[in-house]
Amino acid sequence: MGATIVIFGASRILGDPTVLFLPEEGYGLDAAELEKARQKLHLDKPVPLQYAFWVADILRGDLGQDLSDRHPISTKLKDKLPPTLRLAAAAYVISTLIGIPLGVLSAVKRGSVWDIAGRTFALLGQALPIFWVGILGILIFAVWLQLLPAGTQGEGFSLKHYILPTLTLAWFPAAGYLRLMRSAMLDVLDSEYVKLARAKGVGANTIIWKHAFKNAAIAPLTFSGLLLAGFVTGSVSVEVVFGWPGIARLAVEAVQTNNLTTLSVITLMFTLIYVVVNFFVDIIYGVIDPRIRYS
Amino acid sequence: MAEAAPETTLTGRGRPFARAFNAFRRWPIVSLVLISILSFVAIFAPLISPADPIKSNIRDRNAPPFWYGQWYEENPKVTKTYILGADPIGRDVLSRLIYGARISMMVVMVAMVSGTVIGTALGLVAGYVGGITDEIITRLVDIWLGLPFILLALIVAITIGAGLLTMMGLLAATAWTPFVRNVRGEVLSLRERDYVSLARVAGASPLRILIRHILPGVTNTVLVIGTLRIGQLILTESFLSFLGAGIPPPTPTWGAIIADGREYLRDAWWVSVFAGIAIGLTVLALNFFGDWMRDTFDPRLRQV
Repeated sequence: MGATIVIFGASRILGDPTVLFLPEEGYGLDAAELEKARQKLHLDKPVPLQYAFWVADILRGDLGQDLSDRHPISTKLKDKLPPTLRLAAAAYVISTLIGIPLGVLSAVKRGSVWDIAGRTFALLGQALPIFWVGILGILIFAVWLQLLPAGTQGEGFSLKHYILPTLTLAWFPAAGYLRLMRSAMLDVLDSEYVKLARAKGVGANTIIWKHAFKNAAIAPLTFSGLLLAGFVTGSVSVEVVFGWPGIARLAVEAVQTNNLTTLSVITLMFTLIYVVVNFFVDIIYGVIDPRIRYS
Repeated sequence: MAEAAPETTLTGRGRPFARAFNAFRRWPIVSLVLISILSFVAIFAPLISPADPIKSNIRDRNAPPFWYGQWYEENPKVTKTYILGADPIGRDVLSRLIYGARISMMVVMVAMVSGTVIGTALGLVAGYVGGITDEIITRLVDIWLGLPFILLALIVAITIGAGLLTMMGLLAATAWTPFVRNVRGEVLSLRERDYVSLARVAGASPLRILIRHILPGVTNTVLVIGTLRIGQLILTESFLSFLGAGIPPPTPTWGAIIADGREYLRDAWWVSVFAGIAIGLTVLALNFFGDWMRDTFDPRLRQV
């Protein structure tokens, strides 16, 4: 709700959309026609009313037309959304598979080579710009070693096309998971009940996985929502660098053609995804950790 | 023997790599030196840079770094040797990097200061006044965090046009949220302290209490968050510049330099690669320094 106001505000109040929507006067459009078009698009009404029309249209499922080619945005999104979701899902799975176990390993073998390697991996993942990592990946694996394709030109979509984009997108969240998992694990391993288990003579593996891991794993889970916000930036980076045919690249292309309607709808969509995922994270969180439910 | 064992695992004594890593982490000297060098370079850019960052010399397009001696022998018409090569329209990459540091630093510092002031002020007010004011400010932060910032920034870049001021405004707009959250939390506990109650009894106005009695209590938090946040701002700035929504060309910014070299990876890898290394090193140094600040001044912020 609040989000729609901000997006609308950013796209409307800051600039007059008629200027973008219609060709300039020099293109043979007289003032009367301009006025007619403004009326058709409700642009002659006050801003709050414009906002009401915009929200009403979206609720009815009418996302509006693309400013550059006048095609309805909804059909465009239908083509572009699945590749984005596929890539994000793949990267999410990979980041969990890399970040969580490495975080545990790093905490259990604290100070070892594994720990140092894991933390270096995490520090670099949080310091390097994602788009540059993608470019570097292309340079090393596609240009120099010629092992992997550089982008997704052409129709053929194979597993090979996924490797570089997925790893690039997964690095940043994996780094986040690793750091969170490591510090949570260190906290838990230092707790009283783990010491008691150790004193009782419970085996090291049982302590790590059964006693410590279960409790420590809650911390990274709560951060899934925040990591998701990072995924938006990541998706834009990766889709631009690798020419991925998804909605994030559509958004960036929209910038080049001053395509406000498309960009606003995509922004709204990402916000919606964020809200929905956060809602589910909250539910899962409550299921896993009963203390949350009762508090 | 029993005492020595945990100590060994903590500092990684005996393993050279581990020891270096821990020295880097525990002592902010390395990061500080890096940050100082960078600031020095940024401030004295016109004195240091070997060439004009904007003047292009098309004959030297994509000239490689100096160690490609053979290339320079084969192309005697090149006007000079470039230390880090030349970009696709024949501009000196090193000079562009140096001036890029200047631009990025300036933009990020201005944005950081404004974001810090706004965020801290809102956090102070939310925490101290409470009630509906608190509710509104907290909700505002929640909504803000839920928005896909990059896309919003692109919308703004279209509607009011990309430029230096837009970029500063946008970065300030992403910088303020963590200050509100953490300062608010601190204030909630600080305002119940005895010395604050005493000040109130003594008749100090709310503004005076906030500035004289509560603000000093949150400065540590603010400084730590600020340092931890600068790195992210640099990354955001470079990304927006990379997407073409930053300061318009020919002004050199690190993100724009990476974008310049992107189409020419095969012929001139040095354009994109060095700019990325510059960003990575800067952010790494800032993150290290921020981590150290946090561990030293405000260990409770571990989860930030």
